[in-house]
Amino acid sequence: MGPEVVGDLNFSIAPQSFQFLTGPSGAGKTTLMRLMLLALRPTRGTVHVFGRDSAALTKDDLTELRRRIGVVFQDFRLLDHLTTYENVALPLRAMGREETGYRAEVVELLRWVGLGDRMNARPPVLSGGEKQRAAIARALIVRPELLLADEPTGNVDPGLARRLLRLFVELHRLGTAVVIATHDLQLMDQFGFARRLVVGDGRLTIFDGSAL
Amino acid sequence: MNEPIVDPLLASELEATFETDSQLIPRDSVAGRALVVVVAIMTFLACLTAGAALLVADASRVWRSDVLRDATIQVKASPAEDIDLLVAKAESIASKAKGVESVHAYSKAESERLLEPWLGDGLDLSLLPIPRLIIVRLKDQRPEDLAALRSALALGVPEASLDDHRIWAVRLGTMANAVVVVAAALFALMILAMGTAIGFATRGAMAGNREIVEVLHLVGASDKFIAGEFERHFRRLGLRGSLIGGLAAMAFFATAALLSFGWAHSPGGDEIAAMFGSFELGPYGYVALAAVCIAVTLLTGLLSRRIVIRHLQTLT
Repeated sequence: MGPEVVGDLNFSIAPQSFQFLTGPSGAGKTTLMRLMLLALRPTRGTVHVFGRDSAALTKDDLTELRRRIGVVFQDFRLLDHLTTYENVALPLRAMGREETGYRAEVVELLRWVGLGDRMNARPPVLSGGEKQRAAIARALIVRPELLLADEPTGNVDPGLARRLLRLFVELHRLGTAVVIATHDLQLMDQFGFARRLVVGDGRLTIFDGSAL
Repeated sequence: MNEPIVDPLLASELEATFETDSQLIPRDSVAGRALVVVVAIMTFLACLTAGAALLVADASRVWRSDVLRDATIQVKASPAEDIDLLVAKAESIASKAKGVESVHAYSKAESERLLEPWLGDGLDLSLLPIPRLIIVRLKDQRPEDLAALRSALALGVPEASLDDHRIWAVRLGTMANAVVVVAAALFALMILAMGTAIGFATRGAMAGNREIVEVLHLVGASDKFIAGEFERHFRRLGLRGSLIGGLAAMAFFATAALLSFGWAHSPGGDEIAAMFGSFELGPYGYVALAAVCIAVTLLTGLLSRRIVIRHLQTLT
């Protein structure tokens, strides 16, 4: 077992809250995100997600909880052999929903994130920004209770970054708890209401934001 | 919370054209193509084995039916007796017996011709006490009819003996059954080999598509859903392979049946025809080959599903 990436952290994400997770590269932001996503198990301590202890979850519990979480990966993790439309529809397909039942939702969301004319394109021919938006759309399509976004604006211009952030804020207003991992201080400053979780040297410091 | 983020009524007016039939497991890969080839070859061999077993089983049924419907009366006369008279008497008794369809007594010349392959021609066989044969064809394979005929001959022509070929038929049947059992064993071995190849291919596909499996898990796909996708993927490969192999086997048997008409009366052809009949599988034979193809397709899908589920259960 290697050295601990993070340790002695104690924090909670309240329902319908909005926070940035920040810190220098390599500080453990992605590790924390993966712990919250239940993609990693802590070597010690406990992680509770939606009130459930992650150590006591069965595979079925894990599936059920993940369906309540939307995630935007730093490296997008789109499936290259699927079209943009199919990538965005993937969580709905995985839930067993019929394609005819969700087609309109997916098309509308793709248009909303500016990918209406790229629905049939596959990820290898999308630009970084387009991939980013497709990944965000995939996370939003199930209207998650918790949205985890790892550097969601890392590959887009400042204008689009602000637009995407406003999308997250809108989602937050509709009742989703949002956690955005970023080290873009300027962007965080534009959303001063948000709580900031700062990771550094394996420790976590929390700064409450101003009221929304 | 899982309500749609957009109003579906508004969105339903959108008429977009897009591709929606993509498989979650990439369709064409080197491993996938290799598996199609393996399944095609194995299905072809399995169909050949199954078809050959069916042909032998059918031919054996025909042999036994023919042999059991024939009986031979052998008339051995002492030098003092008139063998032609005894043959005529035995022929008359056989003709009148119950359950007898036809009777044919071999003439002296015919009997001598039967010996030519062993003794050569040009010999004077008149001094030899050559027994004479009478072939009796029965309407059915009824042992009681033969018993009655045997009794009648014992009374009327004590010099005649009746051979009903039953021992020979039992031996033929045993040999044919042995061929069928060997074919079934070969068939089972081929299915086992194919299962092993599918197992390797599935594990290879799991390793090659680890990223896809992980993304599917993280977007909320259950193990059952992922296993179902792999099953569909492998069932499709299995169907492609089994169709190629099965159709090739059917074409082989159809061609062999056509060719067998050509060689039917050649010296080698008679032996082949005796063993396999006319190579005519018949509708049930082709249905059996189609069943092999369907079984291979289902086996491919179900086996890969089982392997995927077991693999996913080991993931933490």
